[in-house]
Amino acid sequence: MAYLSTDKVEHHFHDVVIIGAGGAGLRCALQLADANCRVAVVSKVLPTRSHTVAAQGGMNAALGNVSSDHWHWHMYDTVKGSDYLGDQDAIEYMCRAAPRMVRELEHQGVPFSRLDNGTIYQRPFGGQSREFGEGGQASRTCAAADRTGHAILHTMYQQNLRAGTHFYDEFFALDLMMDDNGCQGVMAWDIAEGRYHLFQAKAVILATGGAGRIFQMTTNAHICTGDGGALVLDAGLPVEDMEFFQFHPTGIAGVGPLITEAVRGEGGYLLNGEGERFMERYAPTAKDLASRDVVSRAIAVEIREGRGCGPNKDHILLKLDHLGAELIMKRLPNIHELALRFADVDCTKEPIPVLPTAHYTMGGVPTNRFGEVVYADGDEKERVMESLYAIGEAACASVHGANRLGGNSLLEIIVFGRACGDQVLKHLGEKQYHPKLDPDCWKSGVARVERWLSGAPEQDDSVRISGIRDEMERIMQEHCSVYRNEAVMAEGVEHLERTAASLSSASIKDRGRVFNTELVEALELENLMGLARAAASGALARTESRGAHARDDYPERDDEQWMKHTLASIGENGVKLDYKPVRTVPMSVDSFPPKKRVY
Amino acid sequence: MTIRLSGVGIVSDMIHLQIYRYDPEKGGEPTMQSFEVPLTKPGMKLLDALNHIKWNLDGTLTYRRSCGEGVCGSDGMNINGVNGLACITPIAGLKQPIKIRPLPSMGVIRDLVVDMEHFFDQYRSIRPWLQSETPVPEHERLQTPEDRAEIDGSYECVLCGCCTTSCPSWWWNGDRFLGPAALLQADRWIRDSRDEMAGERLDQLEDAFKLYRCHQIMNCMECCPKDLNPTKAIDHIKRTLLARKS
Repeated sequence: MAYLSTDKVEHHFHDVVIIGAGGAGLRCALQLADANCRVAVVSKVLPTRSHTVAAQGGMNAALGNVSSDHWHWHMYDTVKGSDYLGDQDAIEYMCRAAPRMVRELEHQGVPFSRLDNGTIYQRPFGGQSREFGEGGQASRTCAAADRTGHAILHTMYQQNLRAGTHFYDEFFALDLMMDDNGCQGVMAWDIAEGRYHLFQAKAVILATGGAGRIFQMTTNAHICTGDGGALVLDAGLPVEDMEFFQFHPTGIAGVGPLITEAVRGEGGYLLNGEGERFMERYAPTAKDLASRDVVSRAIAVEIREGRGCGPNKDHILLKLDHLGAELIMKRLPNIHELALRFADVDCTKEPIPVLPTAHYTMGGVPTNRFGEVVYADGDEKERVMESLYAIGEAACASVHGANRLGGNSLLEIIVFGRACGDQVLKHLGEKQYHPKLDPDCWKSGVARVERWLSGAPEQDDSVRISGIRDEMERIMQEHCSVYRNEAVMAEGVEHLERTAASLSSASIKDRGRVFNTELVEALELENLMGLARAAASGALARTESRGAHARDDYPERDDEQWMKHTLASIGENGVKLDYKPVRTVPMSVDSFPPKKRVY
Repeated sequence: MTIRLSGVGIVSDMIHLQIYRYDPEKGGEPTMQSFEVPLTKPGMKLLDALNHIKWNLDGTLTYRRSCGEGVCGSDGMNINGVNGLACITPIAGLKQPIKIRPLPSMGVIRDLVVDMEHFFDQYRSIRPWLQSETPVPEHERLQTPEDRAEIDGSYECVLCGCCTTSCPSWWWNGDRFLGPAALLQADRWIRDSRDEMAGERLDQLEDAFKLYRCHQIMNCMECCPKDLNPTKAIDHIKRTLLARKS
């Protein structure tokens, strides 16, 4: 048992431990395993259950297979889409790398759909243009029908099986081992066996995905509980830009499952209760393919002004039957299946009822474009935290700024998964040995679990975690939704802080150690709560409208005061906010200065 | 209260379920426990009912779930005797009491959670990754839409295990027969025009147990939640083996 002051914790030594087995974690693991590193992927679910699997529409890259294209135009669209909050060095890196990354995925076996000439099929998506907005719609999104995430995740898993990556499936990460030399590993709980494990590593990578479950109505899987961001908050470090949460315009109304933007890319459009194609009024050029924040706000306004659909005028319709059954079954088969199952609608004949639905966490663990976690240290706003990395939706590089473009998330996980792997390889060259750990370092991780398993048992009157979770989701849904204002958010923040405090008196019924999923839900709720608090407080403080953060009381973007990233940390006195500048200087091209966003 | 569901008439307001319970820490024999859950919305799925139990009635009920829309493959279970995914199985149309058991013939870890290790080992054993020796081109490999369409109906598999654990041949010989899911994926790579190891893949499968224990019972195809047809894939492998002999 090495030198730890307990024999209850199994001590593992790996070169690298990656927390999370979605597309980002697996792409990073592949880069390292192929370089003969000893990589451990620690995931709370079997890898193919990760939420990358649910991504539908595709992955952006300026291949130019369908229309002329260039990575620089892709970069322009991404900066504009981010409402100028994106960091332009990271965006340039991502857009330049994109074509090579997509081709590499093809070489690795991703079953992309094909054009007649045998090249990868690309479809139009929202917010895409040619010639810096002047050349009309681009077709930049590389797709495997409407199951692109499934295709990529399974391919990444297959490649890691080939490469010999070590998988620790159904292990829940509890606590980061932090000391003066950065991050040395992670404590984890083996869900099936009910035992503790300490993964010591020369580099720790957070690839834990988003936190969509802070909202009541979300396209996100149950597992999207922001675990990486919460680990970072627990370590006293900040999370970035959590107030920017993407509402996807087309979740199935009242249920949540995503209806991909590819439906509109293939020619579908939105209708209000008067049968009007209303996006023409909000975005005269791009219409239904405007950026997601723009479309979601338009839907919210239509419903608010009484032009919704259905007996309660509470949703909007997405029409695609005019595309024809053949095209729908070829390009959008999964949508056909989802609409049938969750809306009881045959979309080859009828429109699908949709609503803006919480979808994507633009914020996350602050990193630079190498995936290294950064933190503010006095005047130094981006000091690198040694041996700690974050990638994918868990991270905030920030390539999405205040609003992510459709098709850029699958791109981000592959580009930065790989880039982070390369950066870690350099780091491993300098860090050859595992440093000695504090023999007591396991204690706070163990305490996190034992508090739930050994505390006072659940009484009839004790607070259930499901009740607290419902409350948190409801507060976020009602107080931090598509449109926000001071009074509603202030009330929400106050309410949320009270709800968060009630977590300390909550208990669970299940005291078993073997596959205790109630315990996992309790730990996930702790994680969600920290991120919800950061999101709500950051939103209340930001007195402007930018990207997905839209305020009735401050309807304009305020570049003078607010072109900066929020850094939220949680201390004894609640959420503490700090800010850092946007990295406006790209790697090699000229900066795109902020201008008014019109679609 | 009654809720009218389109196409299925009127359904009573409470749903009756009987769920397999087994807790290894408590020991003893597995039992079936009854629960009643309100029907809260039209189109309600079985996973909604399980979540209702876990969140409101009994926090110890144990099952896996993730995406809730039938694409991650976590919540495969045996529902009224037929394997399926709880998140896309509508309550309406299920005979009550709804009897829910873990996937058959699998080692039960707890309640509805089974040990998937052997299932994934078999998946790994068919080397489910693209293998080719030709150096990759500068751009993507070219593949005609027709060649790409060859793998429609197999790449969509979510590895939920519903088919394999419904197969009587696998129940008897699961240690050596690869089962429908792994064979469907083997066929996916044999069919993929980009893969150059079809011959080696076929060599590996030409075995009385690995492949030929399939007796076309077709439970796999009947229960696949993604409407895939592993029996057809197995048949394709057998025919391809036969064709290369002649």
